[in-house]
Formats: sequence, C-alpha cells, structure tokens
Amino acid sequence: MLTVDKLQKNFGPIDAVRNISFDLKKGDVLGFLGPNGAGKSTTMRIITGYLQPSGGTATVNGFDIGKQSVAARRQLGYLPENAPVYQDMTVQHFLNFIAEIRGFRGNERRRRVDRIMDICKIEPVRRQSVDTLSKGYRQRVCFAQAILHDPPILIMDEPTDGLDPNQKAIVRQMILDMAQTKAIIISTHILEEVDAVCNRTIIISRGRIVAQGTPAELKQRSPSHGAVTLELTETPDSVMADLETLPSAKRVEPADNHCFTIYPRDPVKLFQDVMNQARRRSWTIKSISVKEGRLEDTFHALTQTGDNAS
Amino acid sequence: MSESLRHAWAIFKRELRSYFESPVAYVFLVVFLVMAAFLTFSVGNYYENRQADLRMFFFWHPWIYLLLAPAAAMRLWSEEARSGTLELLFTLPVTITQAIVGKFLAAWFFLTIALALTAPVIITTYYLGNPDSGVIIGGYIGSFLLAGIYLSVGMLTSAMTRNQVISFVVAIVILLFLLLAGWPPVTGYLVHWAPLWLVNGVAACGFMPHFESLQRGVIDARNIVHAASVMVFMLFANRIVLEWRKSS
Ligand SMILES: Nc1ncnc2c1ncn2[C@@H]1O[C@H](COP(=O)(O)OP(=O)(O)O)[C@@H](O)[C@H]1O
Ligand SMILES: [Mg+2]
Repeated sequence: MLTVDKLQKNFGPIDAVRNISFDLKKGDVLGFLGPNGAGKSTTMRIITGYLQPSGGTATVNGFDIGKQSVAARRQLGYLPENAPVYQDMTVQHFLNFIAEIRGFRGNERRRRVDRIMDICKIEPVRRQSVDTLSKGYRQRVCFAQAILHDPPILIMDEPTDGLDPNQKAIVRQMILDMAQTKAIIISTHILEEVDAVCNRTIIISRGRIVAQGTPAELKQRSPSHGAVTLELTETPDSVMADLETLPSAKRVEPADNHCFTIYPRDPVKLFQDVMNQARRRSWTIKSISVKEGRLEDTFHALTQTGDNAS
Repeated sequence: MSESLRHAWAIFKRELRSYFESPVAYVFLVVFLVMAAFLTFSVGNYYENRQADLRMFFFWHPWIYLLLAPAAAMRLWSEEARSGTLELLFTLPVTITQAIVGKFLAAWFFLTIALALTAPVIITTYYLGNPDSGVIIGGYIGSFLLAGIYLSVGMLTSAMTRNQVISFVVAIVILLFLLLAGWPPVTGYLVHWAPLWLVNGVAACGFMPHFESLQRGVIDARNIVHAASVMVFMLFANRIVLEWRKSS
C-alpha cells in the first residue's frame, strides 16, 4: 500500500533523511522509532507530500507523491507533530471544513462529521473554539481530521505526545480499532507504545535505518535478551566463578538476596547450561527466569552512537 | 462546481469566517470608516468646497489602504506557518493555487465589505447635491482594484515569513514604492536625472496613473487589465515562494 524508496532530504548541510526505504501492507502498524532529531518527522512530511524529497520517492496506493501529489494525498490521513488545528474555529466548523475539502457534501458531510466526533469522543466540545481546548481534546480533534475520510493509509507523528496516561490509552485503543483495515505509521520515542500497538518497527538514527523487524525481533537484539535471573536459597563461595565459566555466559551480575543475573553469550543455550551447573553443584534454586529482552536496550544500543539532535 | 472551485470556495469561507470571528475585523472596519470619513470631511475640506464632490473621498484611498491592506493580508500565510496549520493544509488534497485563490478572494471580499460600508458618504453627497455618477462608479472600481493589488502584495510578503509584523512592514515598503513610482511629482523629479527608459519603467509599475484615470470617471479597459496583471503576477510569485519553501 505504501512504498518508500530511497528517500533523502537535506536542509542545507544537514542530512535529515538518508536513504530510507520500506514497504507497508494493509494491517501493518509500523512503529517509527528514533531519538529526537533522527529524521522521523521529516520522513513523514515527505510521505505526506508536505516536503519535497532531495532524492528518492514514495508511492501511496499506487500514486507517486511527487507526480500525482493530490491523488496520493487523498489516500492519506495525517496527524502532524503537535496536532495543529485552526485556532479561531470551533471544533464543528473545523471538521466541516476538512469534510468539505475531502469532498463530502450535504447529508453525507453531516453524517461523517457526527460519526467521527462520536468515535473520537469530542462531541462534548463540538461548539467550543479550538484555542480553548485542552491538549487531549485538541489532539483528538486533529486525529478526527486525519481519519474523517477513512483513509487506507494513516500517518501519525507522535500521536500521544503530551497526553496523560488515560488519554494515551484512548488514542492507542483508537489506533488498535483501525489497525486491521489500514496501513499505519506511528512515530514515537515512547517504547511501551510500540509494544502496545505496533506489529512492525523501524529504528532510525541520524537519518538512517539502523534496525527493523517485529518488536519481538528487535527485543532479541538487545543485550539482555535470553539473560537468566537466578535466585538461590544461599550463596556458595564459588557460585560467581561457576557461572562465569559457562561457555554460554558473558557476564554475571550479582544482586542482593542470593540473586544473580547472567547475561548470555549464547541466549539459546544459557538457560540449560545454568540448570545443569546448578544440578552439578547441588544448588537449591528458589526461582529462575529468562528475560525476553527489552526494546529500550536495543534502542539505546543502536542510537547512542553520536548525537542526533542538531 | 468543479473540484478546484469547491476547494477554493471552502478555503474562501474558512478565511472569511476567521476574519469575522476575531474582534480585529470589527476594529478594522471601524478604523477604515473613521479614516475615510475623517480624511474626506476634515482634511479634504468637503464642506468648504461647497460642492458635492467626492474626489477627496477617493483621493485618500491609496493611503488608507497602505496601512489597512497589509494588516488584513499579513496573517494569511504567516499565521498558518507559525501555528503549523500550513502542514495540515498542504497535506490535504488541495493545490497551492486553490489555496492562494481562496485566501486572496476572501481578503479581497473583506476589504470590499469595508468599501461597501462607505455608502452613506455617497448617499449624503447625492442628498446634498448632484455629483457626477461616472466619477463615483469609476472611483469605486479604482478603489476596488487598488484593494486587490495591495492585498496581492501583502499576501506575498505574508508567504515569505512566519512573522506577521515583518510581513506588514515589508508590504508597506513595497506598496509605497509602487504608489510613488507612478506619482507625477516623483516621475517629474526622476526625469531630471534618470534615463528615460528607467523613468518609463518605474512609471509602468506604478498604479497611481491608472487609479487617477478611473477617479476621473474614465473607465478604460487598460486600467483594469493593468490591475489584473499586477495581481496575477503577485499571486504567481506567491505560488513560487510557497513551492520554494516546500523544497528548501
Ligand atoms: N525545516 C528545517 N530546516 C532545517 N533543518 C531541519 C528542518 N526540519 C528538520 N530539520 C533538521 O532535520 C533533522 C531531523 O529532524 P526531524 O525530522 O524533525 O526529527 P525527529 O522528528 O526525528 O525528531 C534535525 O536535525 C532537524 O534539526
Ligand atoms: Mg519529530
């Protein structure tokens, strides 16, 4: 549905986006991760036709964003960063305007606007001027604008930024509700969000893709993936050495209360090796667990090389 | 209605509504009317002239617009750029041209409302005497076109910056140049030292001669064509500025 091909963008000497390519199918929810200044917004602005790329192209449902810009933009819903909305309009007038531009008239327009206010739960503020709205409502008004025409492709730049936990949950639920029928891109630097809504992830740093895959795959790339946490009833003297000599172990971190975390050299073998060692040394295991790995660790490992913000 | 027209119409309505939803619009209308009346009746010696003459009324319009048109135009693009709605607007399926036309016509319509509210001056004049209707019609056409030209310049400077004050000041400078360019005292002064082609070139840019001929009641197609070409040129430049910002 969406093909992004070797996108590049430079602002004078700054290379904001360097050679970014990916494909998106219906049902995909892509989490676009990266530190501030990594180039997430710039990439999205190019895909939505707001900025012209310095190189490469994007194709939206078959329409080239440069050559068939208006047709491509019809296929898209876009929630820009900071959710801009016309300050001097009421919610109702604003959505009427968007609906008119999206080609809905008369009863159809009324029906669409009413439905979207219901979905986004902004009915209570429909007659309120946008500049008097709280951040959460404003975000949802802009979200409503993005999905009013039920676009096959939805692009959202930090959709939950600045919201309280309840509001975040509402927005996430709305995204999940639509996930089956659309191709969605969400940029964020909140990693729990990726776990909550995405089935694909791309991590970018300084304008480049540094990793991609499902959230689970990316977790596997974290240093803590496959790490074993072991709790014993007591701590025999040799335990550190016994664990460190295991060929599948990389590093052992002791904690209090007879606990140890063993980081893997070989995440597949480590658990079994620890179990065998315990049996050989007759340790009494109180508890043992294997870590799945944390997206956060992968993120740090991949994006901490050099400063992104400029 | 074609899609382009529908889009321009939607943008037109949105802009016009936003003029009237802020108190600035009403302040603006009042200032316009007070200035027009004050300059006509006091400075223009309307009563002392002892004749129902509206030349003084139209005489001041280029100077009143000099302040008010840039003020009406300055937010058209600057405000969108500042608040981020420009990104929203240009990721909707509208073209730059549709947006320019919609906004421009809304601003022009707004100034036309201001102009229409001066009708009492005309009615008074008819009541007091027997003015030349040709002069009145020509004066209004001229004033209407002048407002369009001024707005097209103000809108262009608004596209160049996200700061409304800068847009306002730059527009005034450009307009002052265009206003003085065709002003006989200025051309008369230039003739003494500048080459003829320069004098003619500068004079051709200016709109005052055209406005003055309309003021005299001479409704000549050339005056209208001149105004239309200045506006089209400015709106076209507006488009280039916006496109350049997209690709910079
Ligand atoms: N209009 C612009 N002019 C100049 N530099 C820009 C512009 N927009 C973004 N940048 C630069 O491009 C880089 C990427 O920015 P951005 O895409 O906003 O990052 P992100 O959204 O990932 O935080 C940053 O270094 C930023 O300073
Ligand atoms: Mg950003």
